[in-house]
Amino acid sequence: MDMTTSYLPLAAILISLLGAVPILLSGRMPNLREGWTLLIALGKFTLVAAMLPTVLAGGTYVLTLAEVIPGVPIALRVDAMGMYFALIASFLWIFTSIYSMGYMRALKEHNQTRYYASFAVAISATIGVAFSANLLTLYLFYEMLSLSTYPLVTHHGDAEARRSGRKYLTYILGTSIGLVLPAMLITYQLTGTLDFTHGGILSGEASAATLGLLLVLFVLGFAKAGIMPFHGWLPAAMVAPTPVSAFLHGVAVVKVGVFAILRVIFDIFGPDLLHRLDFGVVLTYFASVTILAASLVALTQDNLKRRLAYSTIGQLSYMILGAGMLSAAGMTGGMLHIAMHAFGKITLFFCAGAIYVASHKKYISEMDGLGRRMPITYFAFFLGSLSIIGMPPLGGFISKWNLVIGAVEADQLLLVAVLLVSSLLSAAYFFPIVYRGFFAPASEETLAHTGEAPLLCLIPLSVTALCSVGLFFYPDIFLQLVHRALFP
Amino acid sequence: MTFANLHMYVLAVPLLTALAVNLLGRRSRTWIAPLTLGALSFSTVAAALVLVRVLREGTLHYTVGNWSPPYGIELVIDPLGALMLLLVAAAALLATSGALPSVALELPGREHLFFTLYLILIVGLMGLVITGDAFNLYVLLEITSITTYGLVAMGKGRAPLASFNYIIMGSIGACFYLLGVGYLYILTGTLNMADIAAILPTLPGTVAAATAFAFLLVGLWIKMAFFPLHGWLPNAYSLAPTGAGLLIAPLMTKVTIYLMIRVLYSIIHPNWALLAESGVQSALVWAAALGIVCASAMALGQRDLKRMLTYLIVAEVGYMVGGVFLANETGLTGALLHIVNDALMTLCLFLAAAAIVYRTGSLEFDSLRGLYRRMPVTLAAFTLAAFSMIGVPPTAGFFSKWYLLLGGIEAGQWGYVGALLFSSLVNAVLFFRIIEIAFFRNSAADDRPLPVTEAPAMLVGPLVLSALALVVLGLGAGGLVDSVILPAIAAFL
Amino acid sequence: MDGFLAEVVAKYNYWLYVVLMMIGFYAMIGKRNLVKKLLGMNIFQTAIILLFVSSGVKRGGGIPILDKYEVLARGVDVATVVNPLPHVLMLTAIVVSVSVTGVALAILQRIYREYGTLEEDEILEKLGQ
Repeated sequence: MDMTTSYLPLAAILISLLGAVPILLSGRMPNLREGWTLLIALGKFTLVAAMLPTVLAGGTYVLTLAEVIPGVPIALRVDAMGMYFALIASFLWIFTSIYSMGYMRALKEHNQTRYYASFAVAISATIGVAFSANLLTLYLFYEMLSLSTYPLVTHHGDAEARRSGRKYLTYILGTSIGLVLPAMLITYQLTGTLDFTHGGILSGEASAATLGLLLVLFVLGFAKAGIMPFHGWLPAAMVAPTPVSAFLHGVAVVKVGVFAILRVIFDIFGPDLLHRLDFGVVLTYFASVTILAASLVALTQDNLKRRLAYSTIGQLSYMILGAGMLSAAGMTGGMLHIAMHAFGKITLFFCAGAIYVASHKKYISEMDGLGRRMPITYFAFFLGSLSIIGMPPLGGFISKWNLVIGAVEADQLLLVAVLLVSSLLSAAYFFPIVYRGFFAPASEETLAHTGEAPLLCLIPLSVTALCSVGLFFYPDIFLQLVHRALFP
Repeated sequence: MTFANLHMYVLAVPLLTALAVNLLGRRSRTWIAPLTLGALSFSTVAAALVLVRVLREGTLHYTVGNWSPPYGIELVIDPLGALMLLLVAAAALLATSGALPSVALELPGREHLFFTLYLILIVGLMGLVITGDAFNLYVLLEITSITTYGLVAMGKGRAPLASFNYIIMGSIGACFYLLGVGYLYILTGTLNMADIAAILPTLPGTVAAATAFAFLLVGLWIKMAFFPLHGWLPNAYSLAPTGAGLLIAPLMTKVTIYLMIRVLYSIIHPNWALLAESGVQSALVWAAALGIVCASAMALGQRDLKRMLTYLIVAEVGYMVGGVFLANETGLTGALLHIVNDALMTLCLFLAAAAIVYRTGSLEFDSLRGLYRRMPVTLAAFTLAAFSMIGVPPTAGFFSKWYLLLGGIEAGQWGYVGALLFSSLVNAVLFFRIIEIAFFRNSAADDRPLPVTEAPAMLVGPLVLSALALVVLGLGAGGLVDSVILPAIAAFL
Repeated sequence: MDGFLAEVVAKYNYWLYVVLMMIGFYAMIGKRNLVKKLLGMNIFQTAIILLFVSSGVKRGGGIPILDKYEVLARGVDVATVVNPLPHVLMLTAIVVSVSVTGVALAILQRIYREYGTLEEDEILEKLGQ
């Protein structure tokens, strides 16, 4: 396994961090500002993709930035798992940027410069998390993400936005400082290092009770993964503009949380240790409760974005569930779901935003008949929801299938039941939206005033919807990366 | 002027400049800025050179008046002392730069008096960190205190009353310290720190030594506002003139904590095992933890930015005292690193407050609305300092907190660990409350460009420098710890 | 009891200093008038000064002012002279005490000009308004 020292990972992270400066400076010229954003997004994807061949072949890129605490440098490492996440995030950011342009301009939003600049910093932090070589670096970028997404969540500046912002920070900063930091310190004190090592670093270092406590601290501490009871910030964050909800709370922020937990499971604890101590049960317990509870609550939500938020909470726990199964197919399914869910959910959010731009409607009960006026949007929504439910021929089917096989492999038939029930529930809260959109009688107002969404919104949502289909037929790159990450 | 005595000139130049400022400043105000800034720049550069020299050659000694120790007064500059000297000089320079416009606004016509006291205070602080004589320490402590009493009393409104209260409490502290030194003198017959440290272990009978220890510590605790002896601090620091707060807040308590470490490790060498056994050590760490929690809670109740910051100072003192009494290397590293970091963080926060007060005249939370549009640079620096206080990497505050937390875990002092985490969360609440008011609480869709009216460059310059220093110190903390702090601790233990 | 009384009588001066210190401390904390607080501070400091000076006393010792040439010729018999070092140290301490008192009195003048009274409770009343 060769490790190449290179500045590529740093460049991939910094391009948008430094790029925030020209964005801030071109505040008066919207076209130039958006041009910068697109340029940076394309550049970032190119830089990330440039490292793909080596990683697929088994190599890694490393870079040490500073060694402040002995044994724990601030360092970057691009391995298969990190590349997987970074690829998804940087690819989807391109489309989010295009979508943002359509959305923000159509709604004539205020403070757009602050929006684009914060977004740039946030994606920088996301890639930073993907490329972290140890827990400290991950924590650094995790906090950077929390702080840079605050202006995005509170974008509207009204009382509700501010309240949600406070809730957001309370949950996310509170858990990261109160739970993750002590867990990191205890880990450091036990082992003297925080590096991500395949097979984990904690084997044999402490008693089962201590390790159990550590696991719980980490899992609950990375609240961005939306595991109950620290999921409350996600629905509250829906007050943000839809591109923010789509990308950050469908892809970047929430996946960062899951990614962090998976890193801890695979590279700090290690599947073998967890298997020996029977801790997989802890993970599957938390995940199952979250999945079922979130799916049930989603049924009761009339606000479309809030329904999607609860759906996300449930789907995120699929990934933890898969990892908790500790079986080959289960872990593969869990990790694959990161990609499948990302594409599917972002499509759904894009559609929700498009609906709002075209018709100013937020509540599902008001959206009867809209499908006939906005066929492309609603069809994309249909595809996205199929992916989330896990039906062929959409990408979501592959990850769900792996999860079911994994549950059977691990002799956990109860989990099979959880998976099936939650799929049914997902169908129950998605299909009515599509059905009513296409087949229910529309109100006068709808017929009179609504047309399709603007083009800049339509293109991204169509692309991501098609990608969800495409991933069913061509999941190879992601499959390869996942396999290399789990079984090097 | 020879290079050999550079460390003396670090002190001598500002002292003589104090005199010059008073005489020349009477005639014309324009003398004051160049004199003060010039003298302090010289001191900063010289202190940096001294640090380099000490790191290369080892501890420097200077015998005052050529009376050799242990009878004469000696200045001892070891790497830690040199680092503190540089810290005091640099912080004083930045504070003075910020104080000049502030004082011109708040105390017109009295600047020459203000800066005379200011410079003498700085000289006192610098002397405190490099003295090698216990009684000389008392004298310098009182020099800094008296000038502080005067500076605080120059404020508006209730400031003289706050200053008088400070005088009473501060004098009790100083007298306790003097009593402690007295006991040590009666026991050992010498006042030189190194000498006392050599003689003390050879003496039997620990009651007198323990009493001396107790008086010294309590005296210093009153001076550094260690909970529950902190009552004088919030009033004194928040009512002082803005320019005075810039110097006093970052430095006075931190230098006093450094003095406590010096007294513990260079004079007394306490028997940590005995302290741990008798439960005293644990009790002190719990007291520190309680102080952190109470001070943070009291900060939550404040409606004025400056008062909130003064309660945070009290909480930070708890961090460092707790860290020292953890009695392990990690905790002491954390405490020493935190002295440097906290001085810079407090300086940055008070500079931001000074800039805001200069432009808007008030620090009540309600009047901070929409400030980010009007003073973006100030608020950006304030945000960075806030992150450091909360403990967000890669700012400096995170790394010293790491060491302190790790030390607490190693020592099994979970109350202290809990208090530190609680304090971080409370800081997050406190600062985000302000950030929210400043960033968002104007009318939501108001996109009108407001005129950007930053404070003058002399205030904003040091502000930006100290904010950047927080990041640089954060990333460079490893170097600092390795080259200065760890060797110093090794020399102590 | 006997032994204890013997101790007290033998070290009566130290017990006096303790009493003085407590009087000063009480005045600083307990009195309402600001000038009395200040005087309490002075008494407190004086007690400590006396303690220091006491530590240098020797039985039968004389004042430590000697003829230079005699000392150069025959040296000093330390037992015959009281230790001058504490006296010197206390000169410094007295100077410090006086400076603090001076600053405090200046501040009290300002307080008086502002509030017209030097009683703590009356001042707090005026502030409360």
